[in-house]
Amino acid sequence: MTTIGATAPSPTPVAARTRTGPLGLLRDVGIVLTRELRPLRHDPFSVVFGMVQPLVFLGLFGPLLVGSLGGQAGTAFGAGGVWQWFVPAILVMTALFGTSATGANLLFEFQTGAHERMLVTPLSRPSLLVGRALKEMVPLAGQAVIIVLVMIPFGFRLYPVGALLGLALLAVFGVGLGALSYSLAIAVRKQDWMFWVVQQTLIFPLMLLSGMLLPLETGPGWMRVASQVNPLAYLVDAERALFAGEIGSMTVLWGWVAALVTAAVGLTVGVRAMARSAD
Amino acid sequence: MIDARSLTRDFVVSRSQTVHAVRGISLRIEPGELVALLGPNGAGKTTTMRMLTTLIAPTSGTATVAGHDVVREPGKVRRHIGYVGQGNGAGHTQRARDELRTQGAIYGLDRRAARRRADDLLDGLDLADLADRKVSALSGGQRRRLDVAMGLVHAPSLLFLDEPSTGLDPQNRANLWEHILRMRAEAAMTVVLTTHYLDEADSMAERVVIVDHGEIIADDSAAALKAKLAGDRIVVTVAGDDARPLARLVDRLPGARDLVCAGSRVEAHVADGPAALPELLRAAIEADVRVGTAQAHQPTLDDVFLTLTGRSLREAEQETPTAQDSPQDSQTRKDVP
Ligand SMILES: Nc1ncnc2c1ncn2[C@@H]1O[C@H](COP(=O)(O)OP(=O)(O)O)[C@@H](O)[C@H]1O
Ligand SMILES: [Mg+2]
Repeated sequence: MTTIGATAPSPTPVAARTRTGPLGLLRDVGIVLTRELRPLRHDPFSVVFGMVQPLVFLGLFGPLLVGSLGGQAGTAFGAGGVWQWFVPAILVMTALFGTSATGANLLFEFQTGAHERMLVTPLSRPSLLVGRALKEMVPLAGQAVIIVLVMIPFGFRLYPVGALLGLALLAVFGVGLGALSYSLAIAVRKQDWMFWVVQQTLIFPLMLLSGMLLPLETGPGWMRVASQVNPLAYLVDAERALFAGEIGSMTVLWGWVAALVTAAVGLTVGVRAMARSAD
Repeated sequence: MIDARSLTRDFVVSRSQTVHAVRGISLRIEPGELVALLGPNGAGKTTTMRMLTTLIAPTSGTATVAGHDVVREPGKVRRHIGYVGQGNGAGHTQRARDELRTQGAIYGLDRRAARRRADDLLDGLDLADLADRKVSALSGGQRRRLDVAMGLVHAPSLLFLDEPSTGLDPQNRANLWEHILRMRAEAAMTVVLTTHYLDEADSMAERVVIVDHGEIIADDSAAALKAKLAGDRIVVTVAGDDARPLARLVDRLPGARDLVCAGSRVEAHVADGPAALPELLRAAIEADVRVGTAQAHQPTLDDVFLTLTGRSLREAEQETPTAQDSPQDSQTRKDVP
């Protein structure tokens, strides 16, 4: 029989090795991030689950777009045609559906007790949120690469530098939206059914008012006004520009502003919520 | 190891309703003790434990745990304590071994040390064969052992266990306890647990702290509590339907008190139940009283709880409106003429 006590490190040296301060925070973020990525590594196909809706839109809505306004959207973005216009939007949609749902994982860990387990350890509270939010980049990048690769045979033209920058932009936005999703989960942890109600209520207006599915130019004026305060609209425009190989335009710059603001707001709100999540 | 003073905790449920979950708990626990907090569901055991483990802040009062104040230095407290909560500590999508390694990393072990510690704990808690299984694929008992393993990763000098064996079948319960007691002996750990199982508190803990409605109502070893607060009890019936002659004999037994005579049945506390019965039977034969049945009951912690609160712990559990009534009250209480 193994004797646990004999081989056990004594508690005092363990405590001494636990760092505090910025380095400690970095270490903690790393631990949380590694833990969050493990299920993904063991089960890489799980990234596909987050892609169901975007793929449905791509497969069923895309052809309709081609038929109804192929020429119009095509002229807006030059040679690429409808796919060049629609695929970047689908990538943003993937980010929207995937990362906005991720709070459900935390909600589940609230119910099982796994989150409480983390709270009782010396891990810093901010790291519990930041590590989780950063993890969102990985499935998102995976999903985006799959979508792009699938679409290349259909005539989607790839501009590598723009595409890479587009992925980076998407990742930053995903971190922010993921953090907001976790914040929502923490806020509604005692009435967990609220999570999906709020999430669904928010993402559809955000999606439609971003010009993701149909160009807003043909919509009424109030919609165009509403889209001007929708960070997603800037992101969609910037992704379209980047995936058309346009790297340094104002449109792209505004996309970065929208993504960075989303990330900053998300992380701030999330870290605050996390600090109070034990009650 | 623990010094809690007048801890209270309120939960504001709505604007008009505040739950006073803990109403002033003071508790000192010395290094090496094994203490059980026993009480019905809703007594405030978990809330007390969550305050002692820094998960929630007390509404008032102070507590020093493992040498540090839970409010001012929560980080230091967290580094020194192990905690196994009421739920499952391992994430359902994780694998057992990975969760243990993550815990090791959290407490500052390097990769190799964390790996070795995880393997030791997996062996020690009979989980080695399940190490690569997803937590969601483990049985309740296996998951509970993993919870305990996670609480022990950093070899804490103080371990909190909240309802460690709830939901386990008797065999798994015994198995879990075997592990806990062995590790405690090996690491000279102080252990504080909560339970609403009477027999668990009775057989495992060296000290039982009974909690009811957010307050400590008794605190001693199980044996001392039973001797002081409950005592042996005998229940005898007569063959006929008038037990009063028998009640008179019972009343003369050493230490007889709290005598209840109802119909053909007599119930009383006595100093020594097993010794009282033969004596009673001899006296009954002499007095020509025919005894139907005779039983001696050694007290349980439930009897202690009943004495203290007028409720049985099992009834308190169900939270029925009649839970306030003790069984005796439903019988007619007759004075012995
Ligand atoms: N987070 C909470 N919000 C509101 N009420 C709570 C909360 N936690 C516990 N309570 C209430 O406090 C009381 C004590 O609960 P608890 O400490 O869990 O009891 P025990 O562990 O002894 O069963 C119960 O009435 C419970 O409903
Ligand atoms: Mg409890």
